[in-house]
Amino acid sequence: MTEHFLMELTVFVLAIFVGFEVISKVPSMLHTPLMSATNAIHGIVVVGAMLIAGAAIGGTIGHVIGIAAMILGAINVVGGFAVTERMLEMFKGRTENRPR
Amino acid sequence: MTATQTIPGLAYLVTAILFILGLKFLSSPRSARTGNILAMVGMVIAVVATCFDSGIVTWTDIILGAVIGAPIGFISARLVKMTAMPQMVALFNGAGGGAAALVSTGEFLRLLKSGAVPTWDQLLPIVLSTIIGSVSFSGSIIAFAKLQELMTGRPITYAGQQIVNAIVLIAVVGLSAWLLLGNVAVPVFAGIVVASLLLGILGVLPIGGADMPVVISLLNSFTGVAVAVTGFALNSTVLIISGTLVGASGTLLTMLMATAMNRSLANVLFGAFGAAPKGGEAGPAAAAGGGAVRSASAEDVATMLAYSRSVIIAPGYGMAVAQAQHAVRELASNLEKRGVDVKFAIHPVAGRMPGHMNVLLAEANVPYDQLHEMDEINPQFEAADVALVIGANDVTNPAARSVPNSPIYGMPILDVDKAKNVVVLKRSMATGFAGIDNPLFENPKTMMLFGDAKDSVQKLAADVAAA
Repeated sequence: MTEHFLMELTVFVLAIFVGFEVISKVPSMLHTPLMSATNAIHGIVVVGAMLIAGAAIGGTIGHVIGIAAMILGAINVVGGFAVTERMLEMFKGRTENRPR
Repeated sequence: MTATQTIPGLAYLVTAILFILGLKFLSSPRSARTGNILAMVGMVIAVVATCFDSGIVTWTDIILGAVIGAPIGFISARLVKMTAMPQMVALFNGAGGGAAALVSTGEFLRLLKSGAVPTWDQLLPIVLSTIIGSVSFSGSIIAFAKLQELMTGRPITYAGQQIVNAIVLIAVVGLSAWLLLGNVAVPVFAGIVVASLLLGILGVLPIGGADMPVVISLLNSFTGVAVAVTGFALNSTVLIISGTLVGASGTLLTMLMATAMNRSLANVLFGAFGAAPKGGEAGPAAAAGGGAVRSASAEDVATMLAYSRSVIIAPGYGMAVAQAQHAVRELASNLEKRGVDVKFAIHPVAGRMPGHMNVLLAEANVPYDQLHEMDEINPQFEAADVALVIGANDVTNPAARSVPNSPIYGMPILDVDKAKNVVVLKRSMATGFAGIDNPLFENPKTMMLFGDAKDSVQKLAADVAAA
């Protein structure tokens, strides 16, 4: 096991604890926006897609995989944040409630 | 470490911090929007930092993919109806899973092309994220098709199903082991991808529509894990942290949902819940179980509501299907104008994904401080004059408390039957999503108001205003 792998494993395990800790405080009222926000956050895979699409793997299959990864990653990240924002702007308290 | 490595590295650290803070801010409706914006800023920082990565030697494919993908994501996010939110989230989730699998596949090809023999600690994360990402991709598409009613929402089962699924699973594991043991070849890898996609499809087919909140939540956590493992493959800490955050939160939500239905996760995934539909769409006269059902007119119900002190509304997905949430909001304000105390009781699995009902009511301008969680509202039913059940069925079914052989026995429910009067708005006597009879309808305290939920609620709202 390389030193690098060990370091990444450490980060992984610590992030599990942070994830549980942060989420356990979200009320069930906000579970849909929460799920949609975490859905957008895993759109970070678009960074990986950029690295693969930009690596010039070559060949038709290389291009297809790179472009397809970018398309899916972009849908995930842009759609995820946009839909979360749309939901959250609807949540209003009694005082700030404006009838449409 | 040179400056070209240090600066993106620090930028990714900022991204991770912003994601964590963003999730933290999501714990209150007041700060939730800020949370989403923080996460968005984090994402932009990560993407910009990646632009300076020395590994990127060509831009055409990146730009082409982004120019196609981003508008698709944005436009569908703006156009989707709030009732269709679960399938939208399922689609975005599938896109993320598919992207993770493709990125790992690309990394596999890149390693092969570089000529060096890949080591096991390079191959293991590649194979794992390809498997999990592919399962999440195809599973999410089946979940989407079920929720969008492109296919039946009932569980699809056949003889020997679990054996077939087990064989596919063994194929995935076997091929992966074969590859990791040194047979590093494209056909073996392609076999893993195909078997994994099949596993996702076969895994979600036997799961019923009522269990979709659990499944979407689980698939969301799958994609998170796939992204985290992709991070191991690409040596990207920001992917590891972000993916793991999502994986952990998705797992937690999945367990919460399963608990809210008093089912183990294994039972949800393999139980084919609600497979045998009991009766179909029956008319109002065909009361299930033979008990007497008391039917009431809108005027009667409106009068009772108008002269109550406190009313608790228990909405279900039927309300959303009838697009009645705006009418419900109007009814609530008309009651409040008369000094009636109005509260909404939200079951954790009301709707088709965790917390879905809150979003639907927020869209109809119901203030969030009127929405109450099950544990908070259940003790208050006894003091309520009327419990108004709109399009909810299984989550109010007292059989869950009293009938040990009922499929939903033990599931926590809204105690609407403890209120002094119960009014159930329902299209007909048909069973709910889970296909189970509801003794609440035969309770002497219960009045049934049959008809389209939107029409009924509009009549109630008008009659209450006139009363």
